[in-house]
Amino acid sequence: MISADLNIILPEIILSLFAMGALLGAVYTSKDSLGGMLVWATAIIMVLLAAWIGLAGEGTRIGFNGMFIEDAFARFAKVTILLSAAAVLVMSEGYMKERGLLRFEYPVLVALSAVGMMMMVSAGDLMALYMGLELQSLALYVVASLRRDSVKSTEAGLKYFVLGALSSGLLLYGASLVYGYAGTTLFSGIITVAQEGETSLGLLFGIVFLISGMAFKVSAVPFHMWTPDVYEGSPTPVTAFFATAPKVAAMGLFARVLHDAFGDAVGDWQQIVALLSVLSMFLGAIAAIGQTNIKRLMAYSSIAHMGYALMGLAAGTVLGVQAMLVYMAIYVTMNIGTFAFILLMRKDGQPVTDIAALSLYSKLHPGRALALLVLLFSLAGVPPMLGFFGKFYVLRAAYDGGLAWLAVAGVIASVIGAYYYLRIVFLMYFGEDRSDTLDRNAGGLLGGFLVASALIMVLGIINMFGVEGAAAAAAAVLVN
Amino acid sequence: MEHHLLSIVTFMPAFAAAILAIFLRGDDKAASRNAKWLALITTTVTFLVSLFVFFEFDPANTQFQLIDEADWLLGLKYRLGVDGISILFVMLTTFMMPLVIAASWNVETRVKEYMIAFLILETLMLGVFMALDLVLFYLFFEAGLIPMFLIIGIWGGANRIYASFKFFLYTFLGSVLMLVAMVAMFSEAGTTCIGGCEVSLLTHNFGSESFDLLGIQIVGGMQTLMFIAFFASFAVKLPMWPVHTWLPDAHVQAPTAGSVVLAAILLKMGGYGFLRFSLPMFPVGADVMAPLVLWMSAIAIVYTSLVALVQEDMKKLIAYSSVAHMGFVTMGIFAANQQGLDGAIFQMISHGFISGALFLCVGVIYDRMHTRDIDAYGGLVNRMPVYALIFMLFTMANVGLPGTSGFVGEFLTLMATFKVNTWVATVAASGVILSAAYALWLYRRVVMGDLIKESLKAITDMTPREKWIFAPLIVMTLFLGVYPAAVLDITGPAVAALVDNYDGALAAAETAAQTAEASN
Repeated sequence: MISADLNIILPEIILSLFAMGALLGAVYTSKDSLGGMLVWATAIIMVLLAAWIGLAGEGTRIGFNGMFIEDAFARFAKVTILLSAAAVLVMSEGYMKERGLLRFEYPVLVALSAVGMMMMVSAGDLMALYMGLELQSLALYVVASLRRDSVKSTEAGLKYFVLGALSSGLLLYGASLVYGYAGTTLFSGIITVAQEGETSLGLLFGIVFLISGMAFKVSAVPFHMWTPDVYEGSPTPVTAFFATAPKVAAMGLFARVLHDAFGDAVGDWQQIVALLSVLSMFLGAIAAIGQTNIKRLMAYSSIAHMGYALMGLAAGTVLGVQAMLVYMAIYVTMNIGTFAFILLMRKDGQPVTDIAALSLYSKLHPGRALALLVLLFSLAGVPPMLGFFGKFYVLRAAYDGGLAWLAVAGVIASVIGAYYYLRIVFLMYFGEDRSDTLDRNAGGLLGGFLVASALIMVLGIINMFGVEGAAAAAAAVLVN
Repeated sequence: MEHHLLSIVTFMPAFAAAILAIFLRGDDKAASRNAKWLALITTTVTFLVSLFVFFEFDPANTQFQLIDEADWLLGLKYRLGVDGISILFVMLTTFMMPLVIAASWNVETRVKEYMIAFLILETLMLGVFMALDLVLFYLFFEAGLIPMFLIIGIWGGANRIYASFKFFLYTFLGSVLMLVAMVAMFSEAGTTCIGGCEVSLLTHNFGSESFDLLGIQIVGGMQTLMFIAFFASFAVKLPMWPVHTWLPDAHVQAPTAGSVVLAAILLKMGGYGFLRFSLPMFPVGADVMAPLVLWMSAIAIVYTSLVALVQEDMKKLIAYSSVAHMGFVTMGIFAANQQGLDGAIFQMISHGFISGALFLCVGVIYDRMHTRDIDAYGGLVNRMPVYALIFMLFTMANVGLPGTSGFVGEFLTLMATFKVNTWVATVAASGVILSAAYALWLYRRVVMGDLIKESLKAITDMTPREKWIFAPLIVMTLFLGVYPAAVLDITGPAVAALVDNYDGALAAAETAAQTAEASN
């Protein structure tokens, strides 16, 4: 039995062993000089694991008496997590090296948090869920404050830690309530209890606290306060990481808990999720208008995007989960491209995050400006970019799920949100001439990521590269 | 018959744009000359190929023709086709684009990007008129905003930033509501096929039972709500009073060619949308809202004509006159009879030529004097006789003088409206007089009188290039004026089918309502 169980979590074991081996190896040898090599090694391992999970996995396998579930849904989320984490790692190498931040701990911590994320999307039990969540979070707290000599970075790490601990507390409290009233921590057990007639008040409280804890992780309003500060304070590659893989994992976990544990009590959580969704969409859209720092802007943008993804979840249907997965895959791709661009923003070799610095960027780098234009219109959800299809998908799911009002609110928020994306386009193309323009620098790897992600936004509309089918399969497994 | 003629016409400009983007390097004179020639040749060839579409097309057949179909994501279909209503808009687009490119020969900043923007815009506009899938339509419809945003923002006048934002957000807001309605239609009907499939939206009967929403009774139910959502988008695009205010700003700030595209083609998307979606898909909703729309049209005609009278800026004046002329279009459409719809389509086609030509007329003197203030001109006839003649022809066409194409559309829509709502027709008819007032007054102030302004003494008449641009427009305006059957023969059968379905659906809804009442 145990060998079968271990076989199921083999990818997680491999990644953990690799992380620990790398840790030991680096400690006993040359320490930070290994950093660059380790970044690449970690990225390669992640890509290989993603390929293995994506290509070899089939069916549903349940291990450790239901605590760990390996199904199409988990595979979809894991592949997205691993690929985006690998992309961000590779993107960060140059930046980290220049600033002397490329410590060997960085790739190791990212690998460990990826293990946590994989655990989260596969959790079949409240304990496993918490374990994955904490492993992920602890690693993230440390990378947020990676730049030890910067006040902002340490502040970001501390803020993230304190608020993260609070949310973990909420989540644990919810988990204990659920355990108290359901008598089990297994999702499969909870769902049978939740099925029996009226949901008991204690269980309802449990759901609310669980949702609050998870809403914090996806940075949905009103649990979003940490996001702008942490995004701004952390080194940019770390911000890029925060905006991608952990968001997928948290959304995956969200969907997993709602459908695996409370799938028959949709009416009990639908309103809460819909409310989180509508608040996130509007706050993200409105608060971003006043931002002058592009990292803060991206923080609000990601809050708004989480609102749209939650709209899919709020539908409580197969189509809803499918829409959420497609949305997250598109969102991650767009964000990787956008952050590749932000990493390229330099002046005199120093990173710049001021939006005004992009004035007339299209004259400096026409190609890059065009790629960013595509990404921004995609983020705004303007057709014919892929971002539009993500929005169309969730809108359709919401309407089908009987939430027409949410769909209407969503499109109104998207018009408000379009304004701040347009403002960047406007600066790049019609801005004023400034003496202090950004550097003309070679794009290299980052330019490649930027262009690739812009191309995906345009070419993806032909067939979405098969993501749609995979998401459909994943959603069908989760919701039954 | 399977072929890809429509796809070829649609994507040829975009293909040329891609070639420009990838292969054309450098900013020097030679590069921009190449960009201009490539754009001109592409648009001309597109027009020639579209002539094949025109001759392949069989007007007697009221079905969609030349259908080009392929599977697409989300269970949607990539589907293009034309019918008697859309074919003329396709031809209008391909006809105008070479003229637009030729009119931009003086552009000097970022020529390559400029041409790319216009070529992509052509693809998107053609796509709007040909799309037979709801989402594909929306895709083309919305995507047109991006190149237009850039065209106004980069190559526009002094206040271009404000205008481009206003243009984008206004039209975006209008169309997202349509998106929700589209999602709803997809859910209700289970298909996004507009017409010609086994299950298609044009033949689907959307619910029309009245119900209460937030305590308000919605007469016509679902159909009315969807109608309003689509109306929000098309009314902004057309534009209709009172949501027309983005248009004068956008026109004034856009470069000449941008104004021409905007007036001649982009505005027609709104009218086309009414004909393709609002009227045939939501007949009950349209019937409920028609009196309101008719009055809005009448107000639009009179109000914007009055506003046009006091304009100091030539482009603004023509922009307001466009809004007034679009008022005739909505009036004809929502009169919902054969003359009305025929007249509305005719008016749109003819307005495409006339307003395009008028903006070009403004462009001719703007290129020389770099001002659009009416006061800066006067007595141009002394130095520019050819220009005076051409400008007069199009001013008269704009007024609706018999013998020009402007007359036919106005007459047909007024006649149609008179049958349905006499008062609206009476009010709207006064707009014809007002249009004569502002158009002739503009002409007098700019062209007639003595040439007293020092700055105008050296102005030169039109160059051969400019004359050649106007030649096809003059021919079309006069030809359609004396032989309107060229348009009406093509639209006739398709419009007759549309009106039949519309009346049939209304009668059926009426009977259903009566049966429901009787059974209560």
